[in-house]
Amino acid sequence: MNRHLISAADLSRDEAILILDTSAELASAAGRPIRKLPTLRGLTVVNCFYEDSTRTRTSFEAAAKRLSADVINFSAKGSSVAKGESLKDTALTLEAMGTDAVIIRHGASGAAHTLARWVTGSVVNAGDGTHEHPTQALLDAFTMRQRLSGGERGLGLDGVRVTIVGDVLHSRVARSNVLLLSTLGAEVTLVAPPTLMPYAVDTWPCKVSYDIDAELRKTDVVMMLRVQQERMSAAYFPSVREYRRRYGLDAGRMALLPDHAIVMHPGPMNRGVEIAAEVADSPRSTIVAQVSNGVIVRMAVLYLLLGGAGEGARA
Amino acid sequence: MSEQWLIRGVTVAGGAPGAVDIHISGGEIAGVGPDVTAPGARVLDAGGLIALPGLVDLHTHLREPGSEDAETVETGTRAAALGGYTAVQAMANTEPVADTAGVVEQIWRLGQQAGYADVRPVGAVTVGRHGKQLAELGAMADCPAAVRVFSDDGDCVADPLLMRRALEYVKAFGGVIAQHAQEPRLTEGAQLNEGEVASRLGLAGWPAAAEEAIIARDCLLAAHTGSRLHVCHVSTAGSVEIVRWAKSKGWQVTAEVTPHHLLLTDDLAEGYDTVFKVNPPLRTRADVDALRRGLAAGTIDCVATDHAPHPVEAKETEWAAAANGMTGLETALRVVQAAMVDTGLLDWAGVADRMSRRPAAIGRLSGHGQPVAPGAPANLALYDPAAPAEAVDPTTHASKSRNSPFAGMALPGRVHATFLRGTATVLDGKVTR
Repeated sequence: MNRHLISAADLSRDEAILILDTSAELASAAGRPIRKLPTLRGLTVVNCFYEDSTRTRTSFEAAAKRLSADVINFSAKGSSVAKGESLKDTALTLEAMGTDAVIIRHGASGAAHTLARWVTGSVVNAGDGTHEHPTQALLDAFTMRQRLSGGERGLGLDGVRVTIVGDVLHSRVARSNVLLLSTLGAEVTLVAPPTLMPYAVDTWPCKVSYDIDAELRKTDVVMMLRVQQERMSAAYFPSVREYRRRYGLDAGRMALLPDHAIVMHPGPMNRGVEIAAEVADSPRSTIVAQVSNGVIVRMAVLYLLLGGAGEGARA
Repeated sequence: MSEQWLIRGVTVAGGAPGAVDIHISGGEIAGVGPDVTAPGARVLDAGGLIALPGLVDLHTHLREPGSEDAETVETGTRAAALGGYTAVQAMANTEPVADTAGVVEQIWRLGQQAGYADVRPVGAVTVGRHGKQLAELGAMADCPAAVRVFSDDGDCVADPLLMRRALEYVKAFGGVIAQHAQEPRLTEGAQLNEGEVASRLGLAGWPAAAEEAIIARDCLLAAHTGSRLHVCHVSTAGSVEIVRWAKSKGWQVTAEVTPHHLLLTDDLAEGYDTVFKVNPPLRTRADVDALRRGLAAGTIDCVATDHAPHPVEAKETEWAAAANGMTGLETALRVVQAAMVDTGLLDWAGVADRMSRRPAAIGRLSGHGQPVAPGAPANLALYDPAAPAEAVDPTTHASKSRNSPFAGMALPGRVHATFLRGTATVLDGKVTR
């Protein structure tokens, strides 16, 4: 494993499977009465969030705490960042306080990459602009393996057909998933209106389609991406109503899916826009499982990156 | 005050083959030929060196007034001299903006005081470079700074009517509008060339079409009004095609290319190293090849550095927050050797044409860009093309700023000496004072 986790492209197939297997291990431990492991005792993990994201921040916080790490939440609001302190000075501050890992969420693509140049600890990218969100892809892959192949250890996602639908252009979740899922052997298809498809997407390790109905009939997983209403004013699509008609997943479209297929969403959802409430709440939906798996997978990532180097590991 | 020099054994770019001597006296070239005698002159042994007419940069950011932490007229012209330049056109995006006779005259005077290179200010086209109202172009033309090149620099004159009027208006005094071609709506938030790299990095794309659309429009306006248009830093293969088409019609269109667009490509942004952030952005290998061919063919008239110094904190940040721009004065000639001469695309006479004669003509700079011949002002650069390739080290640069994209890159050649009207500003690769 690298010292950092910044892009899903950093992971080889073996490393990705190791993370999934470690997650499975931790998941079985999480089921036991003692839910806290001493592994990272004495290590400090900083949650450095420049963007609001309660769900991702709390997920990382829970993961670090269950491994007995000390967790510091450093959010841009109410901190010196709001007063215009640069990323560089924040990095130096964190460094001076002695941190073993920094979890960074930032609105600018590449911010995690840049931060990693300035700190000695591990950097985990918790979402940088429209670039990547690798732990989301890992928890998605873990959820797919769990639901489609019983979570058997050592396996990738070979031959699993995954359709990702929505605002791919602005989606860090889509970028990380395309990279990770293709590394694991899955066949990924992106579906979006052409305005929300990245330029030169034909160079990505995936297929591209504008026809959601055709893809749903032959997929094992459909992952719906959040569509932000402000995209409408930038002329990416004419109206929310038209978007919902052409690309939204409602009960009628869900019926096109093969019986075993699952429905995923990284959250937060726009119910009634990209996903209908009856789909989100259906038995096919893994949306709640994705949240609980998020904590497990992030535990595995922290454990592997920090090498089990805390006092607890030595004890 | 006036220095007398005898430069021995030098090869004149574009001159007869073989080594000659150049006698400099009274600020002029007094003689050129084999075995020139000049009793009392200081002798400079220039065996193996090439004599170029002093280089002329149509596009330099000297940052003064307003951003003296990045560069001053003095440090910027010192960098220019070290690069072999004897004249620079100082861009208008200062604070205050160079949009009045008062500001351009101040910049011109600072250049005279510094004395390392002639500084000709570029005047803003519109008040405050806001693209709303024409600045007092005539006043800037008539003042001692004698402005002939007008540009809103990084703020494209996007309003087609305003652009038309500007092109027409400057005809009265032989002016030219130098346009930074960037359609603003197509480039909102743009960070990097729209292509495979930007998509993968999650950086908002800067499409080639946004540059080409403005160039095409401006060429049509220049044709319709019979005016002179100069296109700043063309960066795409399509732009070269459009300029070639406009020239084939006989329209008065000229264009420049930067050294960095002749050498570097957008994949350098993969590590989000902000030293590679520039506007227009680095493009693809196909664009670089087209730009090189365009410069070789003369479709692109000249190399202009777009030397854009920035303090460390403006670059030591996440990509989207970082300033656009790269330094270039001290490396331009070496880059041109690597990209154009060593590749066989351009000979040294061609370099003299693209880096001195043509930019001087576009900017109406008298006394610069003339052939190395008796009677011409002694503006010269002596260059050693055989100097072993050495890694660029920005910490040694005279520029106040360190944002060179060529840092660590081995580039051939070395500027040995520069003369401004007969006075050595650089000797043995060092400024003389």
